[in-house]
Amino acid sequence: MEAASVPGGERALLARSPLARLPDRLLKYGLSVLAALILALIVFFFIRLVGEARPAFAKTGVLGFAFDNNWTPSAEHFGALPLVLGTLITAALALVIGVPVAVAAAIYATELCPRRLRAPLTILVELLAAVPSVVYGLWGIFFLAPKLQGSEQWVADRLSFVPFIGGGLVTIPNYFITGLVLAIMILPIVSAISREVMSTVPLDQKEAALGLGATRWEMIRIAVIPYCRSGIVGGAMLGLGRAIGETIAVTILIGDAPQLGSHLFGQGYSLAAVIANEFGEAASTPIHSSALFAAGLVLFVLTLIVNIFARRFITRGQRGQRGTGGTGITVAAAPAGSET
Amino acid sequence: MSLTAFAPTSPRRKRTDRLMRGVLLTGTIVALIPLVLVIYYLLHKGLSSWSSSFFTTDPNGNFFGNPGGVRSAIVGTIEIVALASAIAIPIGVGVALYLTEYGKDSRFAGIVRYFVDVMTGVPSIVFGLFIYITLVVAKVGGAFTGWKGAIAISLLMLPIVVRSSEVVLLLVPASLREAALALGAPRWRVVTRVVLPTALPGLITGSLLSIARGMGETAPLLFTTAGAFALTGNLGAQMNALPIQIFNDITSPRDIVVSRAWGAALTLVTLVLILNLVARAIARRSRVA
Repeated sequence: MEAASVPGGERALLARSPLARLPDRLLKYGLSVLAALILALIVFFFIRLVGEARPAFAKTGVLGFAFDNNWTPSAEHFGALPLVLGTLITAALALVIGVPVAVAAAIYATELCPRRLRAPLTILVELLAAVPSVVYGLWGIFFLAPKLQGSEQWVADRLSFVPFIGGGLVTIPNYFITGLVLAIMILPIVSAISREVMSTVPLDQKEAALGLGATRWEMIRIAVIPYCRSGIVGGAMLGLGRAIGETIAVTILIGDAPQLGSHLFGQGYSLAAVIANEFGEAASTPIHSSALFAAGLVLFVLTLIVNIFARRFITRGQRGQRGTGGTGITVAAAPAGSET
Repeated sequence: MSLTAFAPTSPRRKRTDRLMRGVLLTGTIVALIPLVLVIYYLLHKGLSSWSSSFFTTDPNGNFFGNPGGVRSAIVGTIEIVALASAIAIPIGVGVALYLTEYGKDSRFAGIVRYFVDVMTGVPSIVFGLFIYITLVVAKVGGAFTGWKGAIAISLLMLPIVVRSSEVVLLLVPASLREAALALGAPRWRVVTRVVLPTALPGLITGSLLSIARGMGETAPLLFTTAGAFALTGNLGAQMNALPIQIFNDITSPRDIVVSRAWGAALTLVTLVLILNLVARAIARRSRVA
C-alpha cells in the first residue's frame, strides 16, 4: 500500500525506460531475423534448384527421367534409373552390413563391457567418424578393393545361380565394395544414436528382468531391445540418409557405368557420383548441367524423405520414454559429435 | 525355504547367453577393425611420403619428375575453413541463443528447429550445388573462388553448431538466469554475462567438432573453389585444399602422385583428429556439458 503512494519509485523498480530496453529488443529481434533468414535461405536454394532442373525434366518428363535405364551424356540421353538404383543398392548394402554391427557394438558398450572400457570403446567407434570421406575413398580403392577382389570373385562364382549376385567378373570399383565402405562410414552415427537410446532404458526394468532370473542376454532381449526399437530404427534411417547422400567415397569406389550394372560385383553409378564426376564437362552443355541439377534434386528429395521419417521414429521413441523420465535424445547433436 | 526352490538356469539358456555375448563382442571387434586398418595404412603409406619438401612446396602438375608437395593445399584448407567458421559459428550460436532464450517452445522456434534438422540431413554435395547455381554460374565476383567454398562449408557446419550449442545452452541452470534477472539485469546482459560465459566451453567444443567436419568435406569444394596448384592468400581466386588435392591425386596413374595423396590424407586426418581431441579435452574440463 505504501509502495503505491510513491509511483515513481515503483516504476524504477519494475520497468526500464524505453531507451534502456533497446539493446534487449535489438538482441531479440536480431536473433529472430537470423533464424528466419536460415529458413528463407533453404527455401530460396530449393526453388533455384528446381528452376535449374526444369529443362531436363521438360525434355524427358519427371517419370521418364527417373525410370529410364540409360545415362549417356554424349548422346544427350539422360535416364536416371541406373543412378537412383545405384544409390539405393549401395545404401541398402550399407544398412544390411552396418546396422547389425553398430547395434551390437552399442549393446556391448552399454550393457556388457566392463565399466572401465566403456569410454575408450565409445571414443574408438566415434573416431571412425573423424575420418573424412575422401580418405575412406582413397583407402577403399587402394587397399580394401584389391584385397577383397579374390574373395568377391570366389563368392560370385559359388553363387553364380543367384541373379544379380553371382556370375560376373569382379571389377575393382563395384557396388559391393561401395556398400561395404558406406557401412563403415554410417557405423558411428547408428551406434551413437543406439547407445543414447539404450542409456535411457530405466534401470528398474533391467533389474526387474534380472531379478526374475533372466540371463544377461535375456535381459537385453526383453528389457533393452523392445524399449529402444524405434530409436534404433530412427538411427538406422539417419544412417541411410547419410549413405544416400555420401558423395566422394562413392564417386571413387562405384565406377561410372551408364546403365544399371548387371551384378553386385560390377561397376555402377550413383546420383551423387554422377554430379561429382560430370559437372566439369557438363558446364558447356546446358541440358547436361540441367540433368545433373535434376539428379541433385532427386537426391535432395530422397534424403529429405528418409530424414523426416527417421526423425519421426526417434521422436516417437522419445515420447514413449517421457513418462519414465527418459532424457531428451539429441538427435542432431549425437551425429554432430561423431560425424565428419 | 532354501534357495534351491528356484529353478536353476537351464544349460540351454546358459548356452544361448554365452553365445549371444560372444556375438555381441564379435560385432564390437568387427566395428573396430576398419579403424585399425585405416589408421595403419594411413601411417604406413602416408609417413613415407612426408618429407620437408612435402610441406614446403606446392603441387606443380608436371607429368614428369617431382610432382611437388601440398603446401598450398594445407594453407588453402586453413583459409577456407577459417572463413567458414567465421560465418557459421556466430550465426549458429546466435540461432541457438534465439531458440533457448527467446523462441523456446514457440511455433516459430519449432519450425526453425525442424529446418535445422533438415539441414543436417542435406548431403554436402547438394550444398555445393546450391552455391554453384546461385554464385558460381551467376559469376558473382568471379566464377570459382575460395570464399564461395567457404560459404558452402559454412552451410554444412551451421546445423551442427546450432544443435550442439542449443544442447549446451539448455544445460545452463535456470537458477543462474533467474538469479541475474532478480538482481535487475536486463535480458541481454543475462545472455552476454551469464549464459554465454557459463556455456562457453561447451560452445567451443561444438564449434571445434563442426570445424573438424567442415575440414574434411570435398564435394562442396569441387563446385565452388575448384582447386588450383599455387599458394594463394586471395580468397577471391581459385584455391587448393587438402580434400581436393587428395581427390585429384587418386586418379593419377603415377605412383608418386598417389603416394602424395596418402601423405595429404594423413595430414588431413591428423588435423581433424587434433581438433577432435582438443574438443573432447575442453568438454571434459567444462562445468556445463
